[in-house]
Amino acid sequence: MYVAVKGGEKAIENAHNWLSEIRRGDVNVPNLEIDQIKEQLTLSVERVMSEGSLYDTDLAALAIKQSRGDLIEAIFLIRAYRTTLPRFGTSPPIKTDDMVCMRRISATYKDIPGKQKLGPTFDYTHRLLDFSLLAEGNIPKAEKRKVLKEKIPHVLRFLNKEGLIQKEKNNNYQPKDITRNPLEFPANRSERLQSLSRADEGFLLALAYSTQRGYARNHAFVGELRIGYVKVKYNIPELDIEIDIAEIIVTECESVNQFQGSKKTPAQFTRGYGLTFGQLERKAVSMALVDRALRWKEIGEEFVGAPAQDEEFVLSHCDNIQATGFLEHLKLPHYVDFQSELELVRRIRKEYEKNK
Amino acid sequence: MERKFWLSTLATCNDAHLTSLWEKFGIEVNFTWLRKPEIGSIMCQGKIGVTGNNFNFGEVTITRCQLKTSQGKIGHGYVQGRNKHKAEIVAICDALMQTSKRDFLIKNIIRPLVVSDKNLKKDVMSKSESTAVDFFTLVRGET
Repeated sequence: MYVAVKGGEKAIENAHNWLSEIRRGDVNVPNLEIDQIKEQLTLSVERVMSEGSLYDTDLAALAIKQSRGDLIEAIFLIRAYRTTLPRFGTSPPIKTDDMVCMRRISATYKDIPGKQKLGPTFDYTHRLLDFSLLAEGNIPKAEKRKVLKEKIPHVLRFLNKEGLIQKEKNNNYQPKDITRNPLEFPANRSERLQSLSRADEGFLLALAYSTQRGYARNHAFVGELRIGYVKVKYNIPELDIEIDIAEIIVTECESVNQFQGSKKTPAQFTRGYGLTFGQLERKAVSMALVDRALRWKEIGEEFVGAPAQDEEFVLSHCDNIQATGFLEHLKLPHYVDFQSELELVRRIRKEYEKNK
Repeated sequence: MERKFWLSTLATCNDAHLTSLWEKFGIEVNFTWLRKPEIGSIMCQGKIGVTGNNFNFGEVTITRCQLKTSQGKIGHGYVQGRNKHKAEIVAICDALMQTSKRDFLIKNIIRPLVVSDKNLKKDVMSKSESTAVDFFTLVRGET
């Protein structure tokens, strides 16, 4: 039985007022502007957009400010806002072939058309604190070099030509949108990838790491990682004209994984795929590794009981908003539930004492 | 210039740049709303492994509106993000592009936006190019 309990309004109001004050911090320190977050905490903004599953830098920056920098709380705000938006339609798939790349590397081939371009990366930094950032340090200017008009083709095409890597299946499957239709198991790879693309980075990283350490090992190489600008197309229904309606930054990772081959198939490399909003390399690579691990059945591998192979386990727990919602509700009053449990334990103990 | 081209340019251009160009020329247009600016989203799709099946991977915010000018031209304003004022400017531009104002708009609004986007991309690509790795091989042992 539920018993309605009233009270606490004043306490809640006062708690929220204090929250607002503490969010602002010392008023002698300049107020943090949304533009500063947008321009200087770009990777936080991009993570919030990716896991919030909504590309809007202003909103993500606002959410980060409102949440005092708690990114899961910020993602929660974005997810909540997202549900209020009417859906105007669906874009045809973005063309990552046409990406204006900031960064593009391959760990499998050294010499590739379009070259290895490191871009603005933390890789190869020494991970030493830079104390010049404490002061108004001199910012070195990015170098520029003349661009030769060369396309940047996807690296895995070369393996594809030799038939050394599995071709991607394309049967014009119409993906279901998991924000509109609840996920069902077994899930199609399209729905799995939608789920992974908005999944918690930490969870994916841990799962991907587990496959590297031997839980469903499938020895991965980063065939290609590219980050840059792509256009999002949209057909204006009133005009039947397809325009570029948006431009977004995405990270794409194609992994190349070993496969022994079977009686039916000669040895061949297999693939994993990761695609995320923003510059989220760690997440895109993790996503590709987890995608590959989840494909064990289709590829004809053994299920070894590893967490990263277990679709239901991975997809049911990768969403940090679902997870945090259920977890944090534990902090809400459970006085009545607990009273009944308390009664039960007391009764059992009484009977135990009686029969001793 | 095709309608597809100017609508694409206007949808993805920098908000502040468009607004400043538009205000500089102060074109007055009388119109009635067919659909007032509204904010929504589109679902963005990707392709598994570049060539495989499609999958949904996240939404992008969009603002749209439609209007009819006193000259009877219909303008569509579709823009990235949540900027109702920008959507209105785009819809008016779209309507005016169907009138004798067309050449003026191309010269003073569309072209400058195209040029600034090209410069931005050129900037990204040339910085990226400066981070291209030049491999060299060390000769080991006796030569």
